[in-house]
Amino acid sequence: MSSYNPFSLSGKTILVTGASSGIGRTTAIECSKMGGRVVITGRDSNRLQETYQELVGVDHVQVVADLTDSKDVDSLVDSCGILDGLVLCAGIGKISPFQFCTQDKMNDVFAINYFSPVELLRRLVKKKVIAKCGSVVFVASIGGCPGGKFTYGNGIYGASKAALWSMMRFAAKELAIRKIRVNGVNPGMVETNLIKHGIITDEQHKADMETYPLKRYGQPEDIAHGIVYLLSDAASWVTGHSLVIDGGCTI
Amino acid sequence: MDINTFIDNFAGQLDETPADQIKPETNFRDLDEWSSLVALSIIAMVDEEYGVTLKGADIKSAVTVQDLYDAVKSKM
Ligand SMILES: NC(=O)c1ccc[n+]([C@@H]2O[C@H](COP(=O)([O-])OP(=O)(O)OC[C@H]3O[C@@H](n4cnc5c(N)ncnc54)[C@H](OP(=O)(O)O)[C@@H]3O)[C@@H](O)[C@H]2O)c1
Repeated sequence: MSSYNPFSLSGKTILVTGASSGIGRTTAIECSKMGGRVVITGRDSNRLQETYQELVGVDHVQVVADLTDSKDVDSLVDSCGILDGLVLCAGIGKISPFQFCTQDKMNDVFAINYFSPVELLRRLVKKKVIAKCGSVVFVASIGGCPGGKFTYGNGIYGASKAALWSMMRFAAKELAIRKIRVNGVNPGMVETNLIKHGIITDEQHKADMETYPLKRYGQPEDIAHGIVYLLSDAASWVTGHSLVIDGGCTI
Repeated sequence: MDINTFIDNFAGQLDETPADQIKPETNFRDLDEWSSLVALSIIAMVDEEYGVTLKGADIKSAVTVQDLYDAVKSKM
C-alpha cells in the first residue's frame, strides 16, 4: 500500500521542450523525480546540460534543438522513440502596445509560441510515436486565453497563447480516437527569466503581486506539479482542458 | 538624433496633450494622461525609431523629457 501513487510517472517516457530554463527545466526534473524517463530539449546546450545534471534516475536523453528550425525538429522527432508524455513548454514573452504590434514581431512570437509546438505535435502524431493513452500538455497562459487576463502591451503574446489554447482543444478532440489526451496549463506570472526583461520594473511586479489573492507570483514547481498531474494516469479522464494555475489572480 | 524629433516622437504617444506643450524640461509624469500604457508606448517607440531598448528603470529614473532623450542617446 505504501507504494500507491496514482500520480507516478514510472514507466513513462516524456519529452519536455523549453527544458533549459524556467518552467520546462523544473518540469523535466519533477517528472524524473516522479519516476519518468525524460527527453529534454532546449537551444542552449550549457543550460540544457545543467538541467540534465539535475535529473534523477537513468536513461534520460538531451537533444539541443531550435524548434523554429525544421531540420532540428526532424532530428528531435527521430531521437525520441515512443513517447507517453509530451510537454510543450518552449516559448518567449513580448511586450508591445497594440499600435507597435507589427507583423514582424508577431511572426517572431508566433513562430516559437504557436507554430513550433503545434508542428512538433503534428510530426509526432503523423509518425505515430505517441503511445496509446499518451498525454500531451501545452503550456499556454492566463494572458489572452478565455477567462484570463488582458494586460497592457500583451496582445501578441496573448494572441499566440489563445491560438495555442484553441488548437489544444481541436487536437484533444481528434487524438481522443487514439486515446491520446491533450490538455494545457494556463499559468499566471511565474518567477522565471521570461518576466525578467526589465520593461516592467521590480516595483511594478511587487505591486502586481499584491493583486494576487495568494499574494505572490508562482514558482516553476507550482506549474510543474500541475503538468505532472496531467501527464499521470490520475488524469486519465481529463482531456481538452487547460488547468489555470495562477494564485487566484483571475478570480 | 536630435531633441526636436525626439519630442515629436514622444508627443506622438500622447492623445490629449498638444505637441507644442512638450518641452525638454517637461516633467512627463505630471502630464494628465501619463500612464503605464504610455510608458510602454515610449519604450516601443524608442525601440522602433532608435533601435534602443529602454528598461522600465530608465523611465523610472528620468524626470524630464530631456532625461529620457539623454537615456536613449547614452545607449545608442
Ligand atoms: N513565466 C511566466 O510568467 C509564464 C506565465 C505563463 C506562461 N508561461 C509560459 O511558460 C513557458 C516557459 O516559460 P518560462 O517562464 O519557463 O521562460 P524561460 O525561463 O525564458 O524559458 C523559455 C524556454 O523556451 C526555450 N525556447 C525559446 N525559444 C526557443 C526556440 N526557438 N527553440 C527551442 N527552445 C526555445 C528556451 O530555450 P533556451 O533557453 O535554450 O534558448 C527556454 O528553455 C513559455 O511557453 C511561457 O510562455 C510563462
